[in-house]
Amino acid sequence: MNLFRFFIGSLKIIINGGRLYYSCIFFLAILIIWGAFGYYDQLKDGLIMTNMRDSVSWGFYIGNFTFFVGVAAAAVMLVIPAYIYDWKSIKEIVIFGEILAICAVIICLSFIMVDIGNPLRFWHMLPFIGTMNFPSSILSWDFFVLSTYFILNLVIVTYLLYSHFYNKEYKKSIILPLVLLSIPAAIAIHTVTAFLYNALPARPYWNSALLAPRFLTTAFCSGPALLILIFQIIRKTTKFEIKDESLFKIAELMVYAMFIYLFFTLAELFKEFYSDTEHIIYWKYLLMGVEKNREIVIYSWSSIIMGFTAFLLFLIPSTRKNLFTLNVGVVLIFLSVYFEKGITLIVPGFTPDVLGQFYFYIPSETEIRTAVMIFSSGVLLFIFIARIAIAILFNGFSIESLKKK
Amino acid sequence: MKMIEKDNSRREFLKKVGLLSLGTVALASCNSSDYEDFLQQNFKTLSKEEKDEIVKNLEKRYSEKYGKEFHVSDKAAKEGILFGYALDISRCVGCRRCVYACVEENNQSRDPQIHWIQVLQMHKEKGIDFAHSTVHYNPEIVPEPGKFYLPVACQQCRNPQCTTVCPTRATWQEEDGIVVVDYNWCIGCRYCVAACPYGARHFNWGEPNVPIEEINPETHYLGNRPRTKGVIEKCTFCVQRVRKDEGHYPACVEICPVGARKFGNLLDPNSEVRYILENKRVLVLKEELNTQPKFYYFFGV
Repeated sequence: MNLFRFFIGSLKIIINGGRLYYSCIFFLAILIIWGAFGYYDQLKDGLIMTNMRDSVSWGFYIGNFTFFVGVAAAAVMLVIPAYIYDWKSIKEIVIFGEILAICAVIICLSFIMVDIGNPLRFWHMLPFIGTMNFPSSILSWDFFVLSTYFILNLVIVTYLLYSHFYNKEYKKSIILPLVLLSIPAAIAIHTVTAFLYNALPARPYWNSALLAPRFLTTAFCSGPALLILIFQIIRKTTKFEIKDESLFKIAELMVYAMFIYLFFTLAELFKEFYSDTEHIIYWKYLLMGVEKNREIVIYSWSSIIMGFTAFLLFLIPSTRKNLFTLNVGVVLIFLSVYFEKGITLIVPGFTPDVLGQFYFYIPSETEIRTAVMIFSSGVLLFIFIARIAIAILFNGFSIESLKKK
Repeated sequence: MKMIEKDNSRREFLKKVGLLSLGTVALASCNSSDYEDFLQQNFKTLSKEEKDEIVKNLEKRYSEKYGKEFHVSDKAAKEGILFGYALDISRCVGCRRCVYACVEENNQSRDPQIHWIQVLQMHKEKGIDFAHSTVHYNPEIVPEPGKFYLPVACQQCRNPQCTTVCPTRATWQEEDGIVVVDYNWCIGCRYCVAACPYGARHFNWGEPNVPIEEINPETHYLGNRPRTKGVIEKCTFCVQRVRKDEGHYPACVEICPVGARKFGNLLDPNSEVRYILENKRVLVLKEELNTQPKFYYFFGV
């Protein structure tokens, strides 16, 4: 009965809002519908509607999957500084970070679902009802760590909100171990996802021990970047308190991550270009293109330039400690990592293919529309859950408020 | 033996759990044969009776669809056989007859086009060099001066990476060394395509298309039976031919006009492949990856 009332109450929260809120929801709904019609073509005719072929057999979908694994992982990473620096609203930071993680994992799994040729056979890779190839296949590991991470976050968020909803004190002895466990789990999902590519000796572009460390450092940039924006929005619209100093601190931590990323990438580039073996071809395609084919070059260079600009903006204290330049940097680094993970990590791994043949890939309209559908649905889901959480945390949406009515 | 039975009954139970939880999705849009397909388990885990039943149903369905009598074999590997292949680079003229013989024998889709064999044209002065090779050569007459040809299909590795990475165990190496795919179990994630160093795995990006009059009705469950969209396929050394008791050669061996292709049992000291291993010097592609192919290249003349 209470659960039913909770749902009705939540529904009211989701439905009610200002003009800005409605236009936002409406806009997302339009995007989802537009994307769904694109995805319908793929469902009907198969993955031939994408631009992927045998040479480049993974593309934009898997790139997006990788990017959102990063977002999911890094959201929880903010818990560490929140503890270390003893920020005031640590519970709220944990909750919003983990809601973001939940939505990001759902986005990840959706991108896997649209990428596989037979989505209805997905259960074949589950343990017990299917024949999961554990522990041989890294994909089965990835599935295992992603679902563990998902469940962990879901339990923490649900429990925290539940106790708040019933005006009970939450038990630290339950929450603390779970939150602490979610930190290695966050590292695990990203490491295992990197190993997914790393484990393929057939693809020299990925077969570098630096791949997983580079993954982690970029994740430390993209996830917190998103959270800095989200925190500012929530701070404006609710009683949620996070000091500017905390935001600047997050940015400072991101600088370290960016610096390490830069160093790793330079180490990689040095090794590849100085050795100048035949494996250099993938890097040449990435940075310069091959003959007339420069599809990827614009993405890689805009990623580099945006990332570097963000690095400078965050490095210089006066631009880091200014909300305007900080936000510019946040948007730049987010896009930079998105281009890197979405396009320039996956595609050069396949170009040229294992027999040295070139097939030049850019996402097709179907792929972009499908991605827009998933992305918008994820954002919508986040907005809905976040609004319910805000109502519970700040606006007195509780069991009493329901009973009063 | 008991263990296996127990396992089967658990599987049976779990199958039903799967039915309840996932069946609703399938029920909404599928007819009964689709429904059976949906619930079919991994071929490797099935009992003999279940396999017979599936094969019989498939024969019926294919015969109806293509209007001619179909045979779907599920003949298992014979003991004492390990298939091996040898290809004489110095004889190959790059005519691509093997490519098209393979397409016809193995019911590969014509449009979208799938070729299990890729013939690479290479430069004589560069040697075996993938980076400077091309599959898109199209002269009036082959061989062209200064060029030589390297046909590549599945190398039937002893240590195949494609089967290791498969998340569902939908592909495996049989006892006779042939790497096969269960088309009814493959989810189409294409991890094997990324893992294969030889580009041997091919994905059905769209609905495969074979003209009814050209379809080959002599098939094997793990080989050349008709595929559906969204699954992986690959060279199986013509499993439907080579496992026959009378022992046929793969189609590419039979068609080759210059006799560049040799095939046989690596465990038989008198086989032709063993003769080549003994008397010619052979090489395998990308030996540094430790895939240990059973597909050897040699220079016969």
